Amino acid sequence: MNFPKNLMYTKTHEWVLFAEDGSAAVGITDYAQDQLGDLVFVNLPEKGDPVTAGESFADVESVKAVSDVLSPVTGEVAEINELLADEPQRMNQAPYDSWFVKVQNITDRAELMDAEAYQAYTASC
Amino acid sequence: MDGKKTPLYGAHLAAGGKMVEFGGYCLPVQYKTGVIREHMAVRTACGLFDVSHMGEILVEGKGAVAYLNRLLTNDYTVMRPGQARYSPMCREDGGTVDDLIVYKIRDDSYFVVVNAANKEKDFAWMKAHQTENASVSDVSDRYAQIALQGPKAEALLRRLTGELPEKYYTALFDARVDGIPCILSRTGYTGEDGFEMYLAPDRAEALWTLLLQTGKEDGLIPCGLGARDTLRLEAAMPLYGHELSDTITPLEAGLRSFVKLEKPGFIGREALLAQASPPRRRVGLKITGRGIAREHQEVFLDGQPVGMTTSGTHCPFLNGPYAMALVRADVPAQGARVEVDVRGRRVEAETVPLPFYRRPR
Repeated sequence: MNFPKNLMYTKTHEWVLFAEDGSAAVGITDYAQDQLGDLVFVNLPEKGDPVTAGESFADVESVKAVSDVLSPVTGEVAEINELLADEPQRMNQAPYDSWFVKVQNITDRAELMDAEAYQAYTASC
Repeated sequence: MDGKKTPLYGAHLAAGGKMVEFGGYCLPVQYKTGVIREHMAVRTACGLFDVSHMGEILVEGKGAVAYLNRLLTNDYTVMRPGQARYSPMCREDGGTVDDLIVYKIRDDSYFVVVNAANKEKDFAWMKAHQTENASVSDVSDRYAQIALQGPKAEALLRRLTGELPEKYYTALFDARVDGIPCILSRTGYTGEDGFEMYLAPDRAEALWTLLLQTGKEDGLIPCGLGARDTLRLEAAMPLYGHELSDTITPLEAGLRSFVKLEKPGFIGREALLAQASPPRRRVGLKITGRGIAREHQEVFLDGQPVGMTTSGTHCPFLNGPYAMALVRADVPAQGARVEVDVRGRRVEAETVPLPFYRRPR
């Protein structure tokens, strides 16, 4: 299991990478993809949609079930990763390269953990 | 987890099985390989399943055939020992108590395999409708069950046993697989050729390990409930609680060929006769829009609700989302453009003939 140090993490297993321009990329963690199993579909918001910290902004479907993906931040969708729609298996293969959306105009964030805290948290799950 | 442990529980844990409760048992939903690879192994090579949760009921006595013919919608009058025959078991109102497989051992002895989740209900129903000179006993605890499924299953088993059931839906009651006694049946729930082995629980782990070792060169891997479900759905086999239930008749579920309406006196016959043209029917849906339909989602035709999905998932071999649905009988079973309400989003789909997948012969 991989926990990159440059990312922040939520209790609901999303990762967030804050860029210098104040925007943030968001995805699901290695732990999440492992728990979900083979991912076959992702439903993404549209560019310009508002997202709210702690609320669902996308859903991913494994062969078995659907799961909500919660936004770690409040803001506006600046960009979506179209690649994931065509190749959802990327979320399993490279979860930290598979950002779902980039969010700008961030005004709030959920409770976030650093890599060490998140790793300890997953060990207790 | 509260579920009962099958004799293979330890083997599942050791193999990294992700355990869940199903039908009162603790079973692996998948191993580390994942549902897609497990599914594909069964379609292209072979896969091994622990299906020890299934229930086994023995029907004995010289009135056994008359009893089965009263209890079940299929006809058991003409059958050779070693043959197996599928049937729904209906209520008086035509709703389905369960669907099951009956094996004929001898004229006065039949082995009945029922769904795990319905075991107690079925046994109580069978007891309550017992007829003369027929006894019913629940022998579930005497059997573990292992399913070996896929195009390479036959060749693999031939290396371990001298005699196989040659035809689909037949069984050998005194088979030995590398010396391990079992009932060896050519049946399954995957849409592939395959075998199911019923054996003493204390021999189950030995047989499981032996099969996995022997099948390594064939690409055999253990498979969980996740793949079992995607495989049966791709092959459009009904699952009780989804395509069949107390309130769904076998005629609505498209199981007409297993309901012998001309056979007198079976439970549910009057209701089913009255339903000569059922108001609803089971159809296949190929999801053409973006999304995956799951069970209990509403289906719309021309904006009007016409029914509900009963099962749905991403089908790994066909590599796309499919669902089955129970819809108004006037919805065309092929070529109708419908929509499914997938959590508030209308997703386009098209009715297609069942099964979605048929194995090449």
